[in-house]
Amino acid sequence: MQTETMTVNLGPQHPATHGVLRVVLELDGEVVIKCTPEVGYLHTGIEKTAEAKLYYKVIPMTDRMDYLAPMSNNLGYCLAVEKLLGVEAPPKAQWARVLLTEITRLNSHLVWLGTHALDIGAMSMLLYVFREREDLLTIYEAVSGQRMMSTYFRIGGLTDDLPSDFEPMVRKVIRTFPVRFDEYENILTNNRIWRNRTVGVGVISKEEAIKSGITGPILRAAGVKHDLRKVRPYSSYEKFDFDIPTQEASDCFARYQVRLEEMRQSLRIIQQAIDGMPEGRYLARVPGVVRPTKEEALFQMEAMIYHFKLVTEGFHPPKGEVYVTIESPKGELGYYIVSDGGTMPYRMRVRPPSFVNISALSKLVVGRLLADVIACIGSVDIVLGEVDR
Amino acid sequence: MGLEEKIPDGIILATAEKVVNWARKRSTWPFGFGLACCAIEMMSSFGPKYDLSRFGMEVMRASPRQADLMIVAGRVSNKMAPVLKRLYDQMPNPKWVISMGACASCGGIFNNYAILQGVDKIVPVDIYVPGCPPRPEQLIDGIVKLQKLIDQEKLKGDSRQSA
Repeated sequence: MQTETMTVNLGPQHPATHGVLRVVLELDGEVVIKCTPEVGYLHTGIEKTAEAKLYYKVIPMTDRMDYLAPMSNNLGYCLAVEKLLGVEAPPKAQWARVLLTEITRLNSHLVWLGTHALDIGAMSMLLYVFREREDLLTIYEAVSGQRMMSTYFRIGGLTDDLPSDFEPMVRKVIRTFPVRFDEYENILTNNRIWRNRTVGVGVISKEEAIKSGITGPILRAAGVKHDLRKVRPYSSYEKFDFDIPTQEASDCFARYQVRLEEMRQSLRIIQQAIDGMPEGRYLARVPGVVRPTKEEALFQMEAMIYHFKLVTEGFHPPKGEVYVTIESPKGELGYYIVSDGGTMPYRMRVRPPSFVNISALSKLVVGRLLADVIACIGSVDIVLGEVDR
Repeated sequence: MGLEEKIPDGIILATAEKVVNWARKRSTWPFGFGLACCAIEMMSSFGPKYDLSRFGMEVMRASPRQADLMIVAGRVSNKMAPVLKRLYDQMPNPKWVISMGACASCGGIFNNYAILQGVDKIVPVDIYVPGCPPRPEQLIDGIVKLQKLIDQEKLKGDSRQSA
């Protein structure tokens, strides 16, 4: 009998591709024999546009890369420019950054959980996580005035001081969220359908994962205890006490377990950060590079002049290049910036975790059924804004 | 204790146009089509806090063949533009378009080689919702305004939909 394979086009408009990913699948019956992710449908030209923007004007664009984790992107970029300039943010700013990036991690993992569960049939999860997400977005809005694209971090610190109602909001999250995570586990962990769709699906070996450059929860679900917050701490992460959850199974279910445990660990970090929040300035005092605080700019002549010069002209960092990595919710997020001494980056390159992770998709799905492709795409947790930039 | 008690006995007189528009505006099915950041806020609008189903708008369709309303949520790249046009063409008449957010309306902060400077260059837009991304309240406001627009549609004559 003569048989032939079939080519199926998944996306770019498909409800389960988390945006505009296109996957070209070659099928033998219902079994995937080849899988080619095609990216670029959301290419925004952010790296190129950054070359024509003053350093601080790039920050709003970093929000729009991984739009589920805007603060992590802000942090990576700000740390890179700070390294280039040799500036360090004051302790209060560092602790606030840790707190807010952990809230971002919760935010990102929650949306991941909702959409992943929706893709493989558990619709009600989406409504649960969006209820929780509103609590987190209220915190975003309180600190920055914007629900999603906060652009709260600045080179050398924060935009503004933390508001007075910040602490009760965070404490409410710490108080209410563990119960809600238990709710999710009640719905999903021992659910037979959920287990059938995720256990043993999308397995990648430890060696293969390292070789493919996979980072983040997928790598940790494969049994590698690698987290940049511990391996190469930044922004005072070394002062916080938390665990790195790992699993050995390396399937979609293990990734779910790792992410759920990571959310609990994030709450631990948030608790420590809010308890020990230092007093003091929220912006480093480096005239000519870091802008003065709002009060200074309004009431001190010199500060106002600095502010004016920074906004109109920008600053001149020394020539050179830097590469800074942070642990974003999706994995290792790197910013590489080349400076030629001018007021704008000569070149900015982003190492997005989703892009590298999705490139290993074919290793997860080849030999499995078509329906497993949806579960695998979901478990990788991609954000196309970050993949395509 | 229901709607029946509020309705007077006998017959109600209305024009066919009014009845059709009334039905259309309260059961507009949006096309589940997210592009970028705005799609997440669109999902928030469908979520428990903002609950778009109050406006008869919660039935998201994954196929353009079953949808009446396209919410262009996010930036449209030049690579995506032909896909978007094709999806719009596949939607059955009558159909409406909401351009959600600054990027879809005018390119937003991305004035560069990659992004289409406004989705109205390829599809006719009925409502522009400003914001980057717009709050769910803003999207809901846009949808309510669209319902008013649908209410004024003409079944025959110079209506845009009959063209």
